[in-house]
Amino acid sequence: MKQKHWKILPIIALTILASASFARHDDQTSPRVIEIKAKRFAFEPSELTLKKGEPVVLRLSTEDVTHGLYLKPLKIDADIEPGKVSEVKITPDQVGKFVAICDHFCGAGHGNMHMVVNVVE
Amino acid sequence: MKKDMNRRSFMKIATTSFGIGMLCQVLPVPAVGENHDYLNFLGKQNGEKPTPFSFVQLSDTHVGFNGPPDPLGTKAFEHAVDMVNGLDQQPDLVIVTGDLTQDSEKPDEHAGRMQQFKDIASRLKTPMLRMVPGEHDAGLDGGVLYREHFGETSYSFDHRGVHFIALDNVSRAKPEVGPERITWLKKDLTRFSKTAPIVVMTHRPLFDLKPEWEWFTSDGDEVMNVLAPYDNVTVLYGHIHRDHEHEIGHAKHYAARSLIFAFPDPETVAVDQKKPIPFDKDNPFKNLGIRVVNETPGKRPAANSLEIKDVELSLREFNELVGIQQLLKNGAI
Repeated sequence: MKQKHWKILPIIALTILASASFARHDDQTSPRVIEIKAKRFAFEPSELTLKKGEPVVLRLSTEDVTHGLYLKPLKIDADIEPGKVSEVKITPDQVGKFVAICDHFCGAGHGNMHMVVNVVE
Repeated sequence: MKKDMNRRSFMKIATTSFGIGMLCQVLPVPAVGENHDYLNFLGKQNGEKPTPFSFVQLSDTHVGFNGPPDPLGTKAFEHAVDMVNGLDQQPDLVIVTGDLTQDSEKPDEHAGRMQQFKDIASRLKTPMLRMVPGEHDAGLDGGVLYREHFGETSYSFDHRGVHFIALDNVSRAKPEVGPERITWLKKDLTRFSKTAPIVVMTHRPLFDLKPEWEWFTSDGDEVMNVLAPYDNVTVLYGHIHRDHEHEIGHAKHYAARSLIFAFPDPETVAVDQKKPIPFDKDNPFKNLGIRVVNETPGKRPAANSLEIKDVELSLREFNELVGIQQLLKNGAI
């Protein structure tokens, strides 16, 4: 029994080390991914906080009709179509409080469908 | 340079925003010392000599809208029709710059609202009614229902030497005119000289007024570049539910107030707090008012010589339709 443990333990240790190494590698090269869901007449989440200079990927999807996500200062201009996932990669280059809007008319409450984006140092 | 200024000054569009809409007077005004030969010259250049006339701009009637904030429905629109009919000087035409109706998921219901708009508008004595869609009219179905009821969403026509262009910036669902319509616009303008007086009627502003509130047109700069060579361009729009004036290059942009509810000045509220001004049952027409734009007496006619005067409408004035009549009788415009 004791002999069996000596054989398994190094394998477990190696697996943990390898996982940690991969995770660190992932952190260093891949931008943070933020899921954003649109549905009439709101975005989920309704508020985001990003860091200036940090690349992020916004993964956009809709639960009902076509929507848009538009925020000129951060160069966001995407369509969000049913059944598809859109990805927008951005690197905020200015700090502040911004308001992204749905710019694809989606019904009576469209005019107030927005998401607050805070960019901090 | 002098000649350029004179060319631009020949036509004044004096606008009076009276809460329920805007009265526009087109006045050929040769600069001091010039004679009517210049108007004849423009007539030869543009095919028709400009002659004075007036027209009314209404906007954002939102027929079918059920508050909040405004529980009055079509009452303001119906009063506007009565008010226009009561003007001593009848306008040649009435234009409506979009959001004639409130959108509906149900095509039959939306069609009913369009018919209701037509029923109310048909009471106008004015022989010509021209409109352009807003996103609530044409944003959900690409303008299919709108075309059935009102015709094409972009078109042009000439009236007494003025070229009117209805430019759709809503039916692509996004705030844009689109490359096809910009190509159409270029072609439409080719027959005109640079001196032609041009009135563009559209729904959304053609410049970045407040993008966070969707008060912009993403390809508005391209449109204005097409219009840039022309000396006399006036853009009339709605969408923002408040009056606004803006001047870029040779072009002047005027927004008309809504006939359903008002939005506040976006500079006075937080950017993420876009909300209509609350309805005040004791003063239901608060924030409606009169805006008079005059040529300033004693100043040389030029783009920047307009005098602007705001007068808030009282409930009595609105009910008895006296405010605008008094202004007109006093020769304020």
